Amino acid sequence: MEVLVCVKRVPAPGAKVPLTDDATDIDTRYLGHTIGPHEECGVEEAVRIVKAHGGSATVLAVGPPEADEQLRYAIAMGADRGVLVDVGAAELDPEATAAAIVHAVGDTSYDLVLFGTESADASHYQVGIRVARALGLPIVGGIKGIDIDDGAARLRREVADGVEVYRLPLPAAAAVKEGLNLPRYPSMPGRLKAKKARIDVVPYTPEPGGLRKVRLRQPNDDREEAIVLGHGADAAPRVVDVLEQIGVIT
Amino acid sequence: MILAVLDDSPAALDMLAFAQSLGQQVDVATFGGGDVDDLAKRGVRTLHRITHDELADCAPAASGDALAQLIEHLRPDGVLAVSSDAVTEAMAHAAAIAGLPLATNCVEVTTGEPWLLTRVRGGGMLLEEAELTATPALLTIAQGVSGDIGAGPVESCEVREFFPELTTTQARVVERASRGAGMTLATAPVIVSGGRGVGSADGYRVLEELAERLGGVVGCSRVATNNGWRPHSDQVGLTGTKVTPDLYLACGISGATQHWVGCMDSKVIMAVNTDPEAPLVRRATYAVIGDVHEVLPAVLAEINARSKT
Repeated sequence: MEVLVCVKRVPAPGAKVPLTDDATDIDTRYLGHTIGPHEECGVEEAVRIVKAHGGSATVLAVGPPEADEQLRYAIAMGADRGVLVDVGAAELDPEATAAAIVHAVGDTSYDLVLFGTESADASHYQVGIRVARALGLPIVGGIKGIDIDDGAARLRREVADGVEVYRLPLPAAAAVKEGLNLPRYPSMPGRLKAKKARIDVVPYTPEPGGLRKVRLRQPNDDREEAIVLGHGADAAPRVVDVLEQIGVIT
Repeated sequence: MILAVLDDSPAALDMLAFAQSLGQQVDVATFGGGDVDDLAKRGVRTLHRITHDELADCAPAASGDALAQLIEHLRPDGVLAVSSDAVTEAMAHAAAIAGLPLATNCVEVTTGEPWLLTRVRGGGMLLEEAELTATPALLTIAQGVSGDIGAGPVESCEVREFFPELTTTQARVVERASRGAGMTLATAPVIVSGGRGVGSADGYRVLEELAERLGGVVGCSRVATNNGWRPHSDQVGLTGTKVTPDLYLACGISGATQHWVGCMDSKVIMAVNTDPEAPLVRRATYAVIGDVHEVLPAVLAEINARSKT
């Protein structure tokens, strides 16, 4: 099984999401970065699939050179190699991101290609689908369970009233969601391996698609400060007053 | 003409009203279904019903194929779709097939060249103003966005069946299971949710007890899931479930943005936390400063004491 996982380097904001002065991006000077949570589950799943079925797991990121950090994290989790599609610092629209991935995949054939259902920051919900269609692979999104069996992937996802399982003949793709598994923390030997691992850098000049980000803004939050009902156990009577008042005590 | 792609959720009718508020004729498309009498009352003259025996059992790619063919056939100026997972996925396929851009989760739209729109990023963390240059303009509209009814009732709504030719039918549903009638995070009127401050898997017993007493369910933050204290199905937030209960009782949750966007639309948020400066404590409706394991047992005792008198 040759498995490809596409990951995105995203800011890891705390309680506030600071913007740059021109409001076109998140100001990440004081923020860390991470792999999007859906994609982190994709990495974990790829590592597990390779362990069970043999083969290797490749992790790919489209982004600035700093996305090296996320690729090495994925390798520390157990992925075998990394591919960085270097498009510079600017955020790409989803068509351009998909084109960059298709370009980097080139003629390499993978049995299974994993994406996050949507990125944690831009939430476009379409890059995996665009790539899968360009590569001629069947894909289903929102996946929370993967079984590889008899030349096919069985993909499970939750829908409004229950669960659906799809059978996709391999090669296939899936856009996964957090909850697929519990990603491991990288081990110390894994981190050492990742430090020395080779990352293939593919330079790419993106062509912009038809959706152009103009600026970002914070949603209105005109909430008043919380009413403090008290401290510790002594607050209980006032808490129960509120519960009665809003009608949740039956 | 604007084509409004609806499913059978109540939110779809909000989306229809939003599409009608843009001031153009609106036709409706559905993947089967559609109540023509109701649509006529809402001023819709034409329902394009995508009809194919295999559609329900094929992967979303097939719905995308069908939708792309309908769009090619009708050549609307814009296609506005509900933002359910299934319809968004079909729209993404249709966009990929047609080689068109797609703007998801829009909350404000102005038609034109280009279309100007505002879309939600990160589940509500930020808003993005963007330009969409394409005909037709493909958009999904965020849930909860509605508009003034743009059209008075019409005498009748004509159904035009559209029979797509499906080529991508090899990926299929092989199994379906229904969830049963139990209460979920999405439907519970009360959620007693715990984060780092709960301290352990065992620590959730008092949350479970209170949730049961209030007729609700237990939720949790990503920290609790990552520590293995709770299953991911309990997780509230950007990558878990977005919830809207009458009461969200956040116990020992500091409230990183990723969590906040999942609970911010609750009617009342009450935060219990030792840190008075925790973001969720400041943004909540009510706050109690203190340890979860002191406050919750006292609240349960108070409820029991009052129910006896």
